[in-house]
Amino acid sequence: MKLAIQINEGPYQHEASDTAYQFVKAALAKGHEIFRVFFYHDGVNNGTRLTTPPQDDRNVVARWSELAEQHGIDLVVCVAAAQRRGIADADEAKRNGKDTDNIAPGFRISGLGQLIEAGIQSDRLVVFGD
Amino acid sequence: MSEEEMMEEGGTVKRFMYVNRKAPIGTIYALESLEVVLIGAAFEQDVCMVFLDDGVYQLVKGMDTTELEMKNFSPTYRALEMYDVERLYVSKEAMEERGLTPDDLVVDVEVLDETQMGALMEEQDVILSF
Repeated sequence: MKLAIQINEGPYQHEASDTAYQFVKAALAKGHEIFRVFFYHDGVNNGTRLTTPPQDDRNVVARWSELAEQHGIDLVVCVAAAQRRGIADADEAKRNGKDTDNIAPGFRISGLGQLIEAGIQSDRLVVFGD
Repeated sequence: MSEEEMMEEGGTVKRFMYVNRKAPIGTIYALESLEVVLIGAAFEQDVCMVFLDDGVYQLVKGMDTTELEMKNFSPTYRALEMYDVERLYVSKEAMEERGLTPDDLVVDVEVLDETQMGALMEEQDVILSF
């Protein structure tokens, strides 16, 4: 099955991202395909490079980057939501006159069309939120 | 090729439902979910919106956000029909619990009870929840 994932909450404050991560890992282990993981609302905060969580607990952002690299997963952060919340890649930073970017490896910033497309192209869209 | 043709994804039309459960004020879910609907409209899918629980408050007349110093996005619900988003449903139970009738709302809606709402959800290909 081809799955699209939507994550509506940021790391740590809510556990939506954790649940989605475990779901994606389980789905991959069962041989399913993850078409795209789309981060919306505060979910865009899963894409910050600047996180330094305590060493004795999971690194929510880093393990998404790792999983994406391992399995070639498309991690997309919504541009509008990211602009509101201060998540930017180099292009966005330049375009909006910011002095730096902070997107984590493996994530890319794109439009809401990517979410709709994921819904159209996948067999199932699964939403993780509050 | 026009933008619309490009967005038609080879002609696939799926039944998309947008589920709204939260009040328009207090959190951003209502506003940002509207943004998805508006962008999604360009993909010409078979779209409906449902309002459950506090989500019914999103449609209430007379929203005034002046004191809140926040954008009043209530007019956007009336603009939905220009985007061919015309199927709006509200939960009968949610309306009754909150003492609302369709006359209190800024747009025309169909009122569905739990069973009917469930049946409508069964018919969908993609359900986005915020």
